[in-house]
Amino acid sequence: MNDFVADAELDCKGLLCPLPVYQTSRAIGRLTTGQVLKVECTDPGSLADFPAFARQRGHALLSATARDGVQVFYLRKEAA
Amino acid sequence: MTAVARGHRGTGAQVEAGAEAQRHGGTDRTRPRRLALVASKGSLDGAYPPLILAATAASLGWEVGIFFTFYGLDIIHKRRHKKLKVAPLGNPAMPVPMPNLLGALPGMTAAATSMMKGWMKKARLPDVPEFLDIARESGAKLFACSTTMGVMGVEEQDLVAGVDIAGATAFLDFAADADVSLFV
Repeated sequence: MNDFVADAELDCKGLLCPLPVYQTSRAIGRLTTGQVLKVECTDPGSLADFPAFARQRGHALLSATARDGVQVFYLRKEAA
Repeated sequence: MTAVARGHRGTGAQVEAGAEAQRHGGTDRTRPRRLALVASKGSLDGAYPPLILAATAASLGWEVGIFFTFYGLDIIHKRRHKKLKVAPLGNPAMPVPMPNLLGALPGMTAAATSMMKGWMKKARLPDVPEFLDIARESGAKLFACSTTMGVMGVEEQDLVAGVDIAGATAFLDFAADADVSLFV
């Protein structure tokens, strides 16, 4: 799951909904199409929220993993 | 909270840890999705749900409009929105174990409010004015119910900047094209 190279990283550990998705939305906005963002979260709702976020925004969720209470997401920016 | 979801297009996202997520749907639309909220409560606990939903929807690229009506108008009231309170009286969900009637004692509402503000701060959630900033920055339309303003004697200068004073007609015109409409 560490095969993805992130162009940017975002630490959302300790944040609750809606902040992880809100911060991720802003962070992706700063990327260009094709770049990858790594996001780390501790809000357990993130496991449901990030796939929904990717689907809604049209981004690719390359991977979603959880270990030791930390969820790690790799998102590739697809849309402008 | 009552929900009316029209034209249910997306299916619920249920992805387990470690699952490779797929990309499907969501981009084949000619216009963004739209969320229309009615915020009718002026308590601290009543203010958060519509603001959280609005911030989330905006993060998803949705258009957002909130109609602040009746006590919900306090959420966009310059002075009052910094002093929204949560009432322990008649609120069996309050976590402090005590007879509910004690919630009527002087100072109990202030205590409950201070407790909830403490939770929010500890969770690093924005406060109400900060959530409004997020909503405005993301282009959400904030409708101030003109009838409520008339009934409660609220003037335009009493409200935070960037709100549209409107009647129910203007809000319904916005909500008519909403994909999700919620009365909070």
